[in-house]
Amino acid sequence: MTAAGVSARFTEGDRVRVRAAYPPGHMRTPFFIRGHVGTVIRFVGTYANPEELAYGRDGKPKQPLYWVSFPQSDLWQDYSGSPKDTTIVDVFESWLDPLDAGEAS
Amino acid sequence: MTAPHDDHDHGHDHGDEDWPYPHPKQPDLEDGPVSEHMIMTEAVAELLIDKDIFSAGELREMLESIDSKSPAEGARMVARAWTDPDFKARMLDDVNAAAEEIGIDAGTIPIRVMENTALVHNVIVCTLCSCYPRLLIGLPPDWYKSRNYRTRMVREPRAVLAEFGTEISDDVEVRVHDSTADLRYMVLPMRPDGADGLDEDSLAALVTRDSMIGVSVLKPDNQK
Repeated sequence: MTAAGVSARFTEGDRVRVRAAYPPGHMRTPFFIRGHVGTVIRFVGTYANPEELAYGRDGKPKQPLYWVSFPQSDLWQDYSGSPKDTTIVDVFESWLDPLDAGEAS
Repeated sequence: MTAPHDDHDHGHDHGDEDWPYPHPKQPDLEDGPVSEHMIMTEAVAELLIDKDIFSAGELREMLESIDSKSPAEGARMVARAWTDPDFKARMLDDVNAAAEEIGIDAGTIPIRVMENTALVHNVIVCTLCSCYPRLLIGLPPDWYKSRNYRTRMVREPRAVLAEFGTEISDDVEVRVHDSTADLRYMVLPMRPDGADGLDEDSLAALVTRDSMIGVSVLKPDNQK
């Protein structure tokens, strides 16, 4: 799918790893998923880049955004709820690496 | 809160010695600390008004409009979804467009609805701030914006749900949605048993704010 010239790299079912990066600035990727592996639930559109908008710029090019699902028991080693439990986070593509490439390196 | 009391043999501080009454004055809004953000907000508002970007009246109207939003709009959509499968399908696809169909202005920020089922219980949080579908369910409750809720709902959702009196079976997936970006979320609660034969308005009256955040489920005998 494309919008505004930006094509979505990932699709439903893709396994992805959230970049374990800690740059300064206004980031919309919560710390608790950084470095974790999740599954793309769906591509939900392209949106102005919040990391740019935060500094008064126009946020272009727009960035693909995904719902990424993480098993709770992967996020928290001592998770005491059901093994079925998940958290879905909206993650911009620039924060996601394909699992295969990430694991091979 | 403190119960009314007449005797004053207890030792709490009544503050200002010049204040002759037994209880301290209720602090005025201006008695709290004035933060930099409060000053900046006021300064920017004054500048925008001075530059005729909008008038003081328009600013007041906008604040009044925001404050007037209530869970009633969201509840109406839930009731319609329960009674009209085609509407529900369209709502699951695009809440804003579905809202417009029944005369509700859900704004331009895209809203998505998460359907609770016998297998999945959804709950909404914004761990980074307080993103919330305000146009459909009103202003967020204070606890939704608290650090306690924002950190613990992703860390131990079942414990937080239990504090709201909501026990979810281990057979059911608890699915937390962290609204970190441009979408807003509401939950489509399951229709309570025993609500057969009710018309849409009566069904809407059963739907609570908390059920649309996902911290509660609608009980068969739910009375608002």
